[in-house]
Amino acid sequence: MIAADSSRHARRQAINFVFVALTSLATAIALAALVLILASLVAKGFGGLNGAVFTQDTPGAGSDVGTGGLRNALVGSLIMCLIGMAVAVVLGVLAGTWLAEYGNGRQLADVVRFLNDVLLSAPSILVGLFAYQALVVPLHGGSALAGGLALALLATPVVTRTTEDILRLQSAQLREAGMALGAAKGYVIRAIIWRASRTGLVTGGLLGFARISGETAPLIFTSAGNQFFSLNLMQPMASLPYSIFQFALSADDNWRRLAWVGALVIAAAVLTANIVGRALAKGRAT
Amino acid sequence: MSFDATHADSQRVMVAPPPEARVLDVKGLDFFYGTHQALYGVDLPVARHQITALIGPSGCGKSTLLRTLNRIYDLYPGQRAAGEITFEGENVLNEKDVTRLRARIGMVFQRPTPFPMSIYDNIAFGVRLYRKVAKADMDVIVERALTRAALWDEVKDKLTQSGLGLSGGQQQRLCVARGIAVEPEILLLDEPASALDPLSTAKLETALLELKSSFTIVIVTHNLQQGARLSDYTGFMLLGRMIEFRPSSEAFVKPETEAMRDYVTGRYG
Repeated sequence: MIAADSSRHARRQAINFVFVALTSLATAIALAALVLILASLVAKGFGGLNGAVFTQDTPGAGSDVGTGGLRNALVGSLIMCLIGMAVAVVLGVLAGTWLAEYGNGRQLADVVRFLNDVLLSAPSILVGLFAYQALVVPLHGGSALAGGLALALLATPVVTRTTEDILRLQSAQLREAGMALGAAKGYVIRAIIWRASRTGLVTGGLLGFARISGETAPLIFTSAGNQFFSLNLMQPMASLPYSIFQFALSADDNWRRLAWVGALVIAAAVLTANIVGRALAKGRAT
Repeated sequence: MSFDATHADSQRVMVAPPPEARVLDVKGLDFFYGTHQALYGVDLPVARHQITALIGPSGCGKSTLLRTLNRIYDLYPGQRAAGEITFEGENVLNEKDVTRLRARIGMVFQRPTPFPMSIYDNIAFGVRLYRKVAKADMDVIVERALTRAALWDEVKDKLTQSGLGLSGGQQQRLCVARGIAVEPEILLLDEPASALDPLSTAKLETALLELKSSFTIVIVTHNLQQGARLSDYTGFMLLGRMIEFRPSSEAFVKPETEAMRDYVTGRYG
């Protein structure tokens, strides 16, 4: 009896060991990929970093290594991301609010939530194609505006989703307390619920930003085709991801240096947005 | 001790305040959560400037009854009430303008619900819903409301700080202050002390006894001592029915129904 038990125990311990080893291995592989990416970005990108990267525009082919920068691409990316975020935050917060506060129990809400989840995981190249058909073709040419709106289409479902989740965390009693004073439901949401959720809403915005700041595919179809510094929203505009894509494929040494630098800058921006977003979300929980 | 619906219907005692003393009068109130009936023909006469306590075991319908009085249940589709709740000459259940109703009947909840804004703005929030008030006048209203809720001395130096930074007991008194700042006729309290320590509870109770001179109070409580200490009238509910309603001085000393006697002596609940 005791012998049988101890062999069972040994067997269970062995299974447990194998299971822990497998999960640890999987975690290690996933982490290793991330560390390798970051390490190679730093190794290859950091050396090429200089002041000119932020003050000069992208150089032509055949330029000396160390000259030229990414100013036009950085500014272009910033502008298009801002357009995307401005649209996504307004649409996403309103849609998320509707889902959390008004859609309850309605079939329409289930449909909207499902479609939003589909959009959340839609391949960005499809979104780019859609924006091309919807905006570039009718306007007879690509533009920064079309690029920004394509990015908005990618960020909106992220913001919608986080907004709904965050608003649902607020207690029913807080809503009731506002209404019990005689405030209308819409006013309670704007003046109390949004305010109570503001860090969470900012988090949603940052996650949306992290999602779109590295996107290339939607921009290829919408805003590509400008190597120069431009602030005209109705014309094509340079962007960081697209410049990286272009430079990385080239044989030009200076371009390839700038591709690594650009990748490092984007990675740093996304990482920062994610860390700040998560830190804010954590701060709200305490 | 078992107790079923037939039993609940067989034995009821009602010693109500005279009609002219009533500010609100509930008659024959039925309430439904979807198809589930939660209240059966409940009567509740509420005397002006008195404290009425509702007691009874969990799930007996006390909170449900309270939530019909300001129509807060309206927020939830599927919940409905039938019967008569007479307040200021009209049936609350037919009232179209619940905003006005809720200005007249305030509510404080089980858990403190300070709004995510300053202590000052928490009080001003409700007032601003109904009228434009100059800063100087608002200062007076805020101080008065906080004083009446016995909170002024503790917060007068930090009115601009967030209401969320206060202790649970202070938050609850802040909610009372917020409720009375709009000068309602009635204040409903749904187990306001259940999340508070004894000292905070005592402060809240002191504040409520002071408020009695200006407001009518209906309080749901699980704490029988609290009911006995505070209230002028007590309603004992069971299985969605009002079983015994009497002046508290008599009800707690000598309950007339078997059900309330068992409840008060701790035999079930």
